Amino acid sequence: MDLFEYQARDLFEAHGVPVLAGIVAHTPEEAKAAAEKIGGVTVVKAQVKVGGRGKAGGVKVAKTPEEAFAHAQNILGMDIKGHTVKKVMIAAGADIAEEYYFSVLLDRSNRNYLAMCSVEGGMEIEQLAVERPEALARIAVDPGTGIDQAKAAEIAEAAGFAPELREKVANVILKLWDVFKGEDATLVEVNPLVKTGSGDLIALDGKVSLDENAAIRHKEHEELADKDSEDPLEAKAKALDLNYVKLDGEVGIIGNGAGLVMSTLDVVAYAGEAHGSVKPANFLDIGGGASAEVMANGLSIILGDPQVKSVFVNVFGGITACDAVANGIVGALSKLGDSANKPLVVRLDGNNVDEGRRILHEANHPLVTLAENMDQGADKAAELAYAAK
Amino acid sequence: MSIFLNKNNKVIVQGITGSEGSKHTARMLAAGTNVVGGVNARKAGTTVKHADQHGTEVELPVFASVKEAMAETGADTSIVFVPPAFTKDAVVEAIEAEIGLVVVITEGVPVQDSAEFWALAQSKKDAEGQQITRIIGPNCPGIITPGEALVGITPANITGKGGVGLVSKSGTLTYQMMYELRDLGFSTAIGIGGDPVIGTTHIDALAAFEADPETKAIVMIGEIGGDAEERAAEFIKNNVTKPVVGYVAGFTAPEGKTMGHAGAIVSGSSGTAQAKKEALEAAGVKVGKTPSETAHLLRTVYPAHEAQSSL
Repeated sequence: MDLFEYQARDLFEAHGVPVLAGIVAHTPEEAKAAAEKIGGVTVVKAQVKVGGRGKAGGVKVAKTPEEAFAHAQNILGMDIKGHTVKKVMIAAGADIAEEYYFSVLLDRSNRNYLAMCSVEGGMEIEQLAVERPEALARIAVDPGTGIDQAKAAEIAEAAGFAPELREKVANVILKLWDVFKGEDATLVEVNPLVKTGSGDLIALDGKVSLDENAAIRHKEHEELADKDSEDPLEAKAKALDLNYVKLDGEVGIIGNGAGLVMSTLDVVAYAGEAHGSVKPANFLDIGGGASAEVMANGLSIILGDPQVKSVFVNVFGGITACDAVANGIVGALSKLGDSANKPLVVRLDGNNVDEGRRILHEANHPLVTLAENMDQGADKAAELAYAAK
Repeated sequence: MSIFLNKNNKVIVQGITGSEGSKHTARMLAAGTNVVGGVNARKAGTTVKHADQHGTEVELPVFASVKEAMAETGADTSIVFVPPAFTKDAVVEAIEAEIGLVVVITEGVPVQDSAEFWALAQSKKDAEGQQITRIIGPNCPGIITPGEALVGITPANITGKGGVGLVSKSGTLTYQMMYELRDLGFSTAIGIGGDPVIGTTHIDALAAFEADPETKAIVMIGEIGGDAEERAAEFIKNNVTKPVVGYVAGFTAPEGKTMGHAGAIVSGSSGTAQAKKEALEAAGVKVGKTPSETAHLLRTVYPAHEAQSSL
């Protein structure tokens, strides 16, 4: 889960990372009040989870609360790379002498963490990494030992900080490591980390991504979820404990296992090429067990998507055998009654497949078509979706 | 022959008394696995009863620790079914006890926990400098050597012994591919898991299949996210002489949306299915557009004189 800048700022503050005052505002009035509270020069910053907001006009300096009001009025509602600005952060203005860069992140390829640091911050770090890789220190961090005082000093030195600044930088790095570790983050980035005219270090802008698997030990992270921009069907699915992602297409998909469902989306998209370019409408993994209740919940989410014209149920009967899945489908359809109103193509393979097919055949539900295999099922579902379009 | 697992492995179950652990202990026994006991500190000294593959009841001792279980039973393999919040402790315990193989089934393990136990596993080397504990998973279906042993949750009756080696990030796609090629049979099928940090990789499995005389051809299944498939392609180009066919799931996955597996997310230009397919094809691997096409491709490269599945 990626956080907004103001949320990252709050987490930084909670872990003792030096930050400036910052208050989130949803309206120009709130922005003005925040600017009054902070006092002096402030910066109005669009809160969007995408880079390049400065260039897009989403960051403006305000000399007075009235200016903060005016800037907020312009920035709120602005579209930045497809993201609508719904809130701004009013931040205290900074007296910037120098700009640096620091991040620590999960390095998937090497199965450890990577700290990156540079005395040349402010710009796009991807650009710096390509153009002047020598200016960006990259230090591997052992997950077993993490960043201690010595490691922080090593990073500060490798980044090219002047000897007299190193201890100060290392202390900030230690606090940022505390954010990474303590919050179960997969990314903590500060760009820029600034030195002010008076020599203080301040994390001026931050990015934090949190590991959603770690929610089991961070109940408080739930409040950081961006409920405003959550798709209503995705929110409903989440409440039902279903793994659902809304996509832009016409063929609803239900399957078991993330890999098989992803594969089903692909196969439906290929099949759709021959049927008016219909596309998969969603990702929905109902997991290993496919009980009537889980199947009914899944179907109700998919049928709640007005774009859906047909549904493809693609299940490989493993631990939960095909007869249980077939009973789940029959049970779900009777549970849903008249609200089940779109054609369903069902493909079952695996354990007890003959019994599963027999159950569906006998139920003889008018909406259900049985497919011989995955490819044929995808083709039939695409055909039905196109016919109903 | 097979890779990583055969009928001689002595297996303990961490979390043997839990509902998942109990259910799958029974399934593993029924598949012929030599399960010798389990671990649950709170129920140490008790036993659990299940039927083995001949229907004979076996009574399995529950131990307080992996170390004790190994000392008492000679176990060399462990499978972990404990909930995600306790998975790190369970795996660390197994590594500290210097067990040879740990299969971590648990889904939803915090990635920093996986990174930590992986770092610990890497630090434990034997006299020859080899890592002592192999980890498979987390968030995986485990490993099956058909006709010999199952340490995982893969249905054991899909197919039998044969010459196809399979390595996959996904559980149900593993089952699907075993089903498509059930007439050929498999040497070993291993599900490595869909998390960002996993123990055994595609490359580890490819290297082992290359060295395994029983494996005649290899199917490699990948999915979006990370660069494991690209790295595997590079490895295949330089190190694998046996025929390899590939499949990658997630061509239609949009950027920035996690597709079920914590590791299945396309970020920026990296991790796309298209990039993985191209890398594999550049390494001479034929890549199917669908699971069925992939199975068909495997048949075209599979040695015709090879025996059929023993099932």
